[in-house]
Amino acid sequence: MPADLKLDHVANLARIELTAAERERFTAQLGDVLAYIALLNEVDVAGVEPTAHAFPVVNVWAEDVPEAGLPVADALRNAPEQRDHMFVVPKVVE
Amino acid sequence: MAADLPHATIADLAGRLGRREVSAVELMAAVIARTKAVDGRVRAFNSYDEADALAQARASDDRRAAGAAGPLEGIPIGFKDVISVAGQPLTASSKMLANFVSPYDATVTAKLKAAGALCWGRLNLDEFAMGSSTENSAFHTTANPWDLERVPGGSSGGSAAAVAAGEATASLGSDTGGSIRQPAALCGVVGLKPSYGRVSRYGLIAFASSLDQIGPFARTVGDAATVLGAIAGHDPRDSTSVRQAVPDYAREMAALAASGRKWRLGIPKEYFGEGLDPEVGGAVQAAIEEYRRMGCEIREVSLPHTKYAVGAYYIIATAECSSNLARYDGVRYGHRSAEAQDVLELYFKSRAEGFGPEVKRRIILGTYVLSSGYYDAFYLRAQKVRTLIRRDFLEAYKVVDAILTPTSPTPAFKRGDKTASPLAMYLNDIYTIGVNLAGLPGLSIPCGFTLGGLPVGLQLIGQPFQESELLAIARAYEARTHWGDRRPDL
Repeated sequence: MPADLKLDHVANLARIELTAAERERFTAQLGDVLAYIALLNEVDVAGVEPTAHAFPVVNVWAEDVPEAGLPVADALRNAPEQRDHMFVVPKVVE
Repeated sequence: MAADLPHATIADLAGRLGRREVSAVELMAAVIARTKAVDGRVRAFNSYDEADALAQARASDDRRAAGAAGPLEGIPIGFKDVISVAGQPLTASSKMLANFVSPYDATVTAKLKAAGALCWGRLNLDEFAMGSSTENSAFHTTANPWDLERVPGGSSGGSAAAVAAGEATASLGSDTGGSIRQPAALCGVVGLKPSYGRVSRYGLIAFASSLDQIGPFARTVGDAATVLGAIAGHDPRDSTSVRQAVPDYAREMAALAASGRKWRLGIPKEYFGEGLDPEVGGAVQAAIEEYRRMGCEIREVSLPHTKYAVGAYYIIATAECSSNLARYDGVRYGHRSAEAQDVLELYFKSRAEGFGPEVKRRIILGTYVLSSGYYDAFYLRAQKVRTLIRRDFLEAYKVVDAILTPTSPTPAFKRGDKTASPLAMYLNDIYTIGVNLAGLPGLSIPCGFTLGGLPVGLQLIGQPFQESELLAIARAYEARTHWGDRRPDL
């Protein structure tokens, strides 16, 4: 199992800015975890089906019945910034 | 009489409330007074709203007076701070959600309200339910009521400590890898993780969606059965909840436990090896002997893939959490960085400031195992190992009705003992994780105390959707031993 975690690359994918101290600490700690996880390489999984859910999950269709949704005021209640029924974010396009 | 109200069981209180010996307002007031007296030391709560709780209690007394009492009428129930109660804070013990207020009720909340329960305070946890000691809370650590220098376990540490300390009659937690059972064991209360799909997850902050399940903490097995009966059932809002009728768990449990049935109980040899504290092992062995004296058949069974469970779990759970926690981007809710100049910076800085170290580690690990080139080696392989772990249990259930193990390899450990090494903390969940991977119901019940006075938990693992049987097996033991009757000296 490969264990060459390129921390900056992965943190970038995860959209998390790391401090230098975090980078150093996480490299060591995640290294320990990955070394431990390598134990899974011992297992013979040939011909074994993967399990995504403990019990078989099938698509569930719901009747198309209109019902009241969350009122706009409630949906915006926790917004960091809002205006005219919209979430406000920094400028996206120049 | 008011002095014992905070420590009474649901069964006892239901009788006293029904006979009008006590009102819901008196009960709630007694629990509030107890909380004020001890929570400065225990710190189980993130927040509570005294006036709202008393208003709920008055409404409950009115319902009872009108002849409309539900099965949990007037019972104060605490909520792990990841389960939505409309109008109450919902923080996940994270800076990310420090100011979040639930816009709606979780399905379990709506069901508890319909049963007459009082939605009491918000209970502390490891941030986003990631941890085994409640030390990962961004707000404060919770103390173990049996020894304030020690952790209550986690992630539902506040939920367990509150019930142990008399600050709630029962509580709800969530269990992804042991987060109900392990703190129940460390705090000396009953904790039940139902079968995956038995209880709706709608309104629960998602950690690892294929593993998460809500369940109760209570002082007795019967009380846990009563709460389970109130919260279980199919929910159109959670497509993984199962369409199976909900039995009257409390009644089925009592009838089965009283039947004198000789259960066939499996002891997995892999759960009694290296790393098991001798006092914990001794208490669990004594519990096994008690079942033998009841006439139960005790059999050694093998769960040969046990040693791979923690590894498989930390791939699957982190993968799912990296996906679930992508929603915290500072746009619609949650913490937003004041430093961001553009939208990308908004993501990077809001997440950097809002999440604590363990949450960041897990998101990064999960992102890695799902990233291009590593998916097959990590995630797919872990899912295959999950299949093998599940098969081990189903194989054992061909010859036994339930499985007995320690809940946790050690009693409550001292604060700070395991915070330096995430791996050491992860290995604390070695006996509970397999149950989540296999989707099984699992329960922890008090089975003794160490010489130092710390509670020890016995884990019972049941067959899928056989909660009544699992509860009955636990009840039969509880009826003969009464370990749960002891209270911490606070």
